[in-house]
Amino acid sequence: MEYLGIEPKKARIGVFDFTCCEGCELQLANKEDSLVDFLALVEVVNFREVSSDRGQDYDIALIEGSISREDEVERLKQIREKAKILVTLGTCACFGGVNSIKNRFDIDDVVSEVYGKNKVETLPVRKVSDIVKVDLAIPGCPVSKSEVERIVVNLVTGAAVNLPKYPVCVECKQKGNTCVVDLGEICLGPVTRAGCDAACPTGKTGCLGCRGAAEDANFDSLREILREKGHSDEAIDERLRFYNAFSEELKNEG
Amino acid sequence: MKVNMNIDVHHLTRVEGHGNIHVVVKDGELIDAKWAVVETPRFFEAMLRGRPHELAPTLTSRICGICSIGHTLASLRAVERAMGVDIPDDAKMLRLLAKHGETLQSHLLHVFFLAAPDFLGVDSVIPLIESHPDVVGLAVRLKGLANDMCDIIAGRTTHPVSLVVGGVNKVPTKKELETLKQRIQDRLADVATTVEVFKTLSLPDFVRETEFVSLKGENSYPWIGGDLVSTDGVVKPEDDYRAMTNEYKVDWTTSKFAKLSRESFAAGALARFNNNYKFLCDAAKQTAEVLGLAPVNHNPYMNNVAQIIECQHVMIESIEMIDKLLANGFKDIRSDYTPKAGKGVGAVEVPRGILYHEYEIDDHGKIAKANCIIPTTQNNANIHYDLAELVKQQVKLGKSDKEVELLCEMLVRAYDPCISCSVH
Ligand code: SF4
Ligand code: SF4
Ligand code: SF4
Repeated sequence: MEYLGIEPKKARIGVFDFTCCEGCELQLANKEDSLVDFLALVEVVNFREVSSDRGQDYDIALIEGSISREDEVERLKQIREKAKILVTLGTCACFGGVNSIKNRFDIDDVVSEVYGKNKVETLPVRKVSDIVKVDLAIPGCPVSKSEVERIVVNLVTGAAVNLPKYPVCVECKQKGNTCVVDLGEICLGPVTRAGCDAACPTGKTGCLGCRGAAEDANFDSLREILREKGHSDEAIDERLRFYNAFSEELKNEG
Repeated sequence: MKVNMNIDVHHLTRVEGHGNIHVVVKDGELIDAKWAVVETPRFFEAMLRGRPHELAPTLTSRICGICSIGHTLASLRAVERAMGVDIPDDAKMLRLLAKHGETLQSHLLHVFFLAAPDFLGVDSVIPLIESHPDVVGLAVRLKGLANDMCDIIAGRTTHPVSLVVGGVNKVPTKKELETLKQRIQDRLADVATTVEVFKTLSLPDFVRETEFVSLKGENSYPWIGGDLVSTDGVVKPEDDYRAMTNEYKVDWTTSKFAKLSRESFAAGALARFNNNYKFLCDAAKQTAEVLGLAPVNHNPYMNNVAQIIECQHVMIESIEMIDKLLANGFKDIRSDYTPKAGKGVGAVEVPRGILYHEYEIDDHGKIAKANCIIPTTQNNANIHYDLAELVKQQVKLGKSDKEVELLCEMLVRAYDPCISCSVH
């Protein structure tokens, strides 16, 4: 059986990190009990954090992080050429992530704030799909390990690959949580794509939308509800922009 | 015969982030030894400007995927000290439990998955799955426990969700805590086995005298807040952290360097051990004796051993805290506060050393100015000077390029550097 020209059990996966905290890559290495099973099915060839074996051939490239330097652009393009399937891993790679907050400031100001007069090369932060074609996006800050493993295994075996389309609220209610909006918090659960098992509201903290927009997300009604609870537009926007994960939707909103 | 060496390790593996080692020896003389960090700077200090104070911990957590609980706690402490918020005792204990989970998690990752392959002569942990299934199995069990500990207390191991300004948002159930306690108790046997395994390994014998900087314990082994201390006798209050770090820029790396009484100093498990040995629990002190570590120790490779000792100590301390929490029954976990302007520093011992966050908060409760200094920045200069001394000593002993290169790599790894966050 082949899928996209890849034979199962032999899929070679490369993991490549760009500008990020490496927290997503860490999810793959965490809970090693299933790492061992996972490694039985796929071969990790450029998993720099875990191995010093610098393999170079790979079928699937997992890209972690956003792009903020010229040499990163080049490296990303080279990876795209080699990889049969390119997958963005995590909110930074899919949307730019928290790094995008940098784009709200003047770049020269940002550099001098941190490094004084010493020049340091940096570009505005971009998401991976701004530069190369992305075959599949797995959002999350961090990604959920089980979701990544399920998706990679499905990719390799040719099964369908789906992310939930419904919002975080659905998962949150299934967990029987008290709604944090009623406790006075701002929560973006109603407009955010599920799949994290409502991680933040389950910890009694509002969702910040790291997984991007759910299908048919209604931003107007979210704003309405939150305004009624006494939250300012500024506070709501601050959260909607936190991960840059709604930039497309907010653009259309005008 | 005069020795010539040209060692260039580009993107050292089994460390967080990207770093390069560069060594040149000509006619038996050391010409150059450099430790350079080449990560993309991410400008968190600038990004914090204008953010509401309650999002600062969530944002700075993303500086580092491994120390995300540590960054969250340092950020919370800076915000709380800036606004004069006191947090309830039970919340303090819950935060420290989450912190212990992270220390355990990070030390185990380092000792078993990043450093152990060197000691056992292989490339990565993957061949160890076949050659040393018992060691890998034990490491996996212990790490599983550490993960669950963070998940239960903080809601998530990487980027916690329940640690908030004023305290914590959510408490574990009594049942969860009891189970956790039992599991920690059961896993102490795995620590004993780890000690047995490490007894049989010989760590490189290398000494370069240096200064060790850490928090100063008052009544216990220190993790969150308090005075700063060094083995050269410097003591300063938390707020004076800049005088303890003295950051400076060198031209061959994007990360900054730091110094105190000498050209460099070290932070991390070995520094905490050297400064606070007397506060370790008895079992951890015994382990230190068995593994041949006594304060003040100047062999950087012994950082691996100090990490094992700390693993044991935090597990035992966690059991004691869980008992207290169960007895208290969580009456109070979060303080109310009114945001106000102010300045505050938060110093927290994260796995690799002291982490500092400092914020200035404006009248609207927004961050006006921020500064973060992470442990690896403090260690960079020490790694750098260690490399030069190590190479000199090894060349004298007549070691080959390959041997010296491996020792250099192991030296850098011993510090467990976290390069992605050192260029936050
Ligand atoms: S998405 Fe979040 S966890 Fe993943 S690399 Fe980016 S900041 Fe880290
Ligand atoms: S807490 Fe958030 S995710 Fe949960 S139901 Fe309320 S709005 Fe939805
Ligand atoms: S609750 Fe929201 S912010 Fe939290 S992990 Fe899920 S999608 Fe991301």
